[in-house]
Amino acid sequence: MQPILRVESVHKSFDTTQILKGVSFQIEEGDLVSIIGPSGCGKSTLLRCLNGLETIDSGTIEACGVRMERKPGAPEIPDEIAHRLRRNVGMVFQQYQLFPHKTLIQNVMLAPMVVKGVKLDEAAANAERLLRKVGLYEQRDRYPINLSGGQQQRGAIARALAMAPKIMLYDEPTSALDPGLVDEVLDVMKELDAEGMTQIAVTHEMRFARDASDYIIFMEKGDIVEISDEDEIFTNPKDPRTRQFLRRFA
Amino acid sequence: MRLPDLRLPEPRLLRARLAFALLAALTLLCAAGAARAQTPPVHEPFSKTLRYGGDATSGAPYTFKDPADPDLTVGFEVDIMNQLGRELGRKVEFIQNDWSNLIPGLNAGLYDAVINGLEITPEHQAAADFTIPYYVTYGQIVIRKGDPEVAGLEQLRGKSVGTLKSSQMERVLRAFGGIDVRSYEQEIDAYSDLKLKRIDATVMDFPIAVYYAQPDDALQFTGTPVGRIEYGIALKKGGDPQLLASLNSGLSQMMQDGEMRKILDRWALWTPMMAQVTGDNRPLQAQPEAYTHFVEATQPRGLVAQLERYARFLPQLFWAAVMTMEISILAMILAVALGAGLALCRVYGGTMLDRVAQVYIECVRGTPLLIQVLFIYYGLPKIGVQLDPFVAGVLALGLNYAAYEAENYRAGLLAIPRHQMETAIALNMTEREALRHVIIPQAARIVLPPTTNDFISLIKDSDYFGTGLLVAAVYLLLGLPFVRLARWAEKHVSRGTVRTTGRK
Repeated sequence: MQPILRVESVHKSFDTTQILKGVSFQIEEGDLVSIIGPSGCGKSTLLRCLNGLETIDSGTIEACGVRMERKPGAPEIPDEIAHRLRRNVGMVFQQYQLFPHKTLIQNVMLAPMVVKGVKLDEAAANAERLLRKVGLYEQRDRYPINLSGGQQQRGAIARALAMAPKIMLYDEPTSALDPGLVDEVLDVMKELDAEGMTQIAVTHEMRFARDASDYIIFMEKGDIVEISDEDEIFTNPKDPRTRQFLRRFA
Repeated sequence: MRLPDLRLPEPRLLRARLAFALLAALTLLCAAGAARAQTPPVHEPFSKTLRYGGDATSGAPYTFKDPADPDLTVGFEVDIMNQLGRELGRKVEFIQNDWSNLIPGLNAGLYDAVINGLEITPEHQAAADFTIPYYVTYGQIVIRKGDPEVAGLEQLRGKSVGTLKSSQMERVLRAFGGIDVRSYEQEIDAYSDLKLKRIDATVMDFPIAVYYAQPDDALQFTGTPVGRIEYGIALKKGGDPQLLASLNSGLSQMMQDGEMRKILDRWALWTPMMAQVTGDNRPLQAQPEAYTHFVEATQPRGLVAQLERYARFLPQLFWAAVMTMEISILAMILAVALGAGLALCRVYGGTMLDRVAQVYIECVRGTPLLIQVLFIYYGLPKIGVQLDPFVAGVLALGLNYAAYEAENYRAGLLAIPRHQMETAIALNMTEREALRHVIIPQAARIVLPPTTNDFISLIKDSDYFGTGLLVAAVYLLLGLPFVRLARWAEKHVSRGTVRTTGRK
């Protein structure tokens, strides 16, 4: 089977600091993958590269048939390619980042109308459907400031889904939430997994990584140390660095 | 623009020195344009009409607003110009300008000639061409009624004497020696100080004394004429010898045919010097009706009459206020639009546009508004761009405020979390779409209060066109260090808030 996402020797530096040192992996359609690792290991940067928020220095990223490739020393990849790549890749951030000047439903409707030229009625209908899915239909006319963190994050997921992506990326989606609100967000992700959505989450939520993920990518110092089935990595990590990292969560 | 002053009748200002200093400053500003000053006169199509500049707010009896009907511009100089037009077979048109800007306006081609009590002195002749004198007069000594008579300057030694600042009389008094000379911006201030015994006498041009001291029961004329003062019509230096010759012949004609005599008699301004120049020793040729009219219209006759006199100026005030509002609103629209553009260039425009916007903002913020106004109004005509005063006002204020708005809006844009832009990009909006739908609507709310603030201050500034160069210089001196200080502070305050790497 053709992988839905293929990453090959991606390099990325900020100034002189190497953040990604030739990362490669691939993901099949419908997988839910967790990326774990210590702070500063490059996992967030990797995620941001996957939908073109960061330009890569060299390497290949191919998602849903859109190929973004840069040879070492080659000129920057034009915005146009990143734009095409993002058509299939949605992203949710740690701090939700709903647009504060718009109501919840307007947040969900905005991008389809602006980017795809979807008509108002159609956008509203689709937004209502998505808000129902994440359990926020009743709150659709509230402004973000009047929503809890968990509600805002579910709203952000609905907003990303409105662009009909084939892959969803999550950058620590529950890190800013009160412990009691974490599950409502993770439940939405599990539900999407059940529907067959391909999802990649950078997370510190080891329980979620273990329970929900199809497999786990462990990163350290800009590279992938171990890719493993979720049970195996927790019960029998092959790499000593993985073992050391997980000991802190035991 | 300038609202008419409520203190009526407004005194005449002889701020010649300022005017010429201003001229020098402008020449400096327009150095580039001046190098190519060979451009043909812009006023060619109007050459049939003789346009003359003067300041109708400067006071009687030269060129002023009729106190009985402020819509009328009157004065013995107005009568002279009208008669001169008849003698030469040309239409004449009065152009209002601030007194201290009369000569710069002449050089900028706003009008062909200036008549406003300009004395023919070597200093003035260095800056403009002058016709033969249209009026020759002298300094009149005035004292309080009942004080001992003064025969001449000799007896004023050791006394304090008021006169007009930068006038020829001031120089005469100072050169005489031994007199404590007090110079005033406005003649009525000198006369009221005299009445309050703060000074012992005044010596000012005879016409001023006739109109501001003679009707006053507390004051009296005394002594012999002081010095000799010649008023001439000023033309652009070396600009139009033909016009100069024809004005000269027109003036001689008026002196010969008695028309000048009639005008001066109507205004009660005939002097022995004029008799000598014209050889006209006849008795009064016309009733001093213009003088009588002025005295009747200005003499205080109780509170009600006084208020009525002020009320006559209300329509003028109203229209001036309407004009101020029009200019302010249009200028603000320009400032907001251009300011927003500059702010976007600074925050999202990339290195080049950021640089350009920064230079614009620093230049505009670092120089006083007045200089910018003068540059647009008097400087641009030198390179062939002549603007309607209304348009010039809107442009000057709009371009100036745009720089301040730009920094407001930049602060507003920077106040929006960086992630908002990133989120919009992640939703596949282009940067332009993200600005339009996500960033600008949020920033607009933040910058609304400071923008309102600036609008109020702009309305006040639109009334600020007439202030002196001195003030401008002080502003420049005060302003520049602050610009530096502000930049330094900004650099330090913004440490850690500006991301230096990452997505461009």
